[in-house]
Amino acid sequence: MNKIPSALSLGLRRGGLEIRQFARQRESVIFTLLFPVILLIIFGSVFKDTIAPGVVFSQYFLAGMVASGLVNTGFQALAITIPLERDFGALKRLRGTPMPASSYFIGKAILIIVSMSLQIIMLLAVGILFFKVEMPTDPHKWFTFAWLVLLGSACSTALGIAFSIVPKSGRGASAVVSPVVIVLQFFSGVFFIFTQLPSWMQQVAAIFPLKWLTQGMRSVFLPDSFGRQEVAKSWENNRTFAILVIWLIIGVFFSVRKFKWDRD
Amino acid sequence: MNAIEVTGLSKSYGQVKAVRGIDLSIATGEIFALLGPNGAGKTTTVEILEGFRSRDGGDVRVLGFDPSNDGSAAREWRNRIGIVLQSTSDSGDLTVIETIEHFSGYYSNPRKVEEVINSVGLDDKAGSLIRKLSGGQRRRLDVALGIIGNPELLFLDEPTTGFDPQARRAFWELIEKLRGDGTTILLTTHYLDEAEALADRVGVINDGVILALSTPSELGGRRTAQALVSWRDGSEIKTESTDNPTAVVNKLTTHFNGDIPELTIIRPSLEDIYLSMIGGVHE
Repeated sequence: MNKIPSALSLGLRRGGLEIRQFARQRESVIFTLLFPVILLIIFGSVFKDTIAPGVVFSQYFLAGMVASGLVNTGFQALAITIPLERDFGALKRLRGTPMPASSYFIGKAILIIVSMSLQIIMLLAVGILFFKVEMPTDPHKWFTFAWLVLLGSACSTALGIAFSIVPKSGRGASAVVSPVVIVLQFFSGVFFIFTQLPSWMQQVAAIFPLKWLTQGMRSVFLPDSFGRQEVAKSWENNRTFAILVIWLIIGVFFSVRKFKWDRD
Repeated sequence: MNAIEVTGLSKSYGQVKAVRGIDLSIATGEIFALLGPNGAGKTTTVEILEGFRSRDGGDVRVLGFDPSNDGSAAREWRNRIGIVLQSTSDSGDLTVIETIEHFSGYYSNPRKVEEVINSVGLDDKAGSLIRKLSGGQRRRLDVALGIIGNPELLFLDEPTTGFDPQARRAFWELIEKLRGDGTTILLTTHYLDEAEALADRVGVINDGVILALSTPSELGGRRTAQALVSWRDGSEIKTESTDNPTAVVNKLTTHFNGDIPELTIIRPSLEDIYLSMIGGVHE
């Protein structure tokens, strides 16, 4: 008798399958991957103001788009597609096999990492080519970038899986999830300069991870001098790290404890 | 050891008692059909056995394992069972062979992928995307995914709904093959002819209790039930209820001195017996 495959190896297999399925859904590829790039092109072309010495709005916006890309390809995509899979009965079928829940989650995380990487590469390429956004040269900034992407995508994946229990049906999922994401983007300083938002909006945004991801990305792509113009007069990267970790724990907890495989 | 052992199973949803004390033993290698109208407690019972639902009371052992348990022991257990759910569909962006190959990777001793595709008759469709399959073909894919793990015990929930008669026959042959391999099968179906063709024993469930348990030919005293003999006598159709149709036919042969005009002998069908048991109400 052979042994049952390990949860990790099944997770990797599921990751491969998820990517293959995703790549075959042309609409979702275009919508989730290219949409932020299109937004960057539009906003970057319309708003060309210099918002601080040596900082144009497109730079500010690029940081915001990279951060909200983490939310779009992770949280939003999962919170919409998982209820659909549940409606189809695909999740219940998986539940009836020896594949453990952790493998399913690992597979989703792999899909998110891959699609997120593609999106970030496209955003940075557009930023460099069309808007002359300068890439940081300080390795320390790239280190910050790396942990922001990793922690941000983990957080986004976990929260997306956790939030997938909220929509009652697959059909209604996008109506429940999309407004949450869009409002959060407005509140978190993705489309506008955060410090110019009303303070109540800033305070609401400060509860959620997107504001911190966006601010963290600004610390990577904007000159250090700009940090003094943030709300706390600094980039607050330590606080960003702590808040993302807290949200990651919350997301994992609800994903593991509350995940629904079946409609009823 | 029996493949399935259930004693005193009960389950309520709020005030509604869906299952009210069910006892059931299914032997290893047996094909057992559970019949009953919608809302009879059939799905609840089967889903408790499959580990999808919790129970309120009673004892359940499926392949010696309590399905309400979780963790790595449950993985080992799921490795030994196969489940074909009532309605499953996928986004459909994978091909038949990709899907079956992927699922085969979940099990420790899967069947050969080509063999399974062949046995459900999807050879021509192996490379097709799932969303391009017909309803019946998708159902056959469901069955393929249920048996790919080479299960000792297979749950089939209304497996042939939506099949044309030819596909249903082909499916019956597949089940006979699985029987030959020694697979224990728990089947729920709306088709009484299917239960009669496949099952070693049938159980009729209604209102959360098992009304009868026996072989299809003996269910509800069917074997000893009176047969109805009818024939034409001149311009008239005559009928006679009898325990011994052979004697009636002998008598008529003498009476007509040969051929009996328009002779029919009707024994109660499984469906007649079933309908009389559940109160004659068609769903």
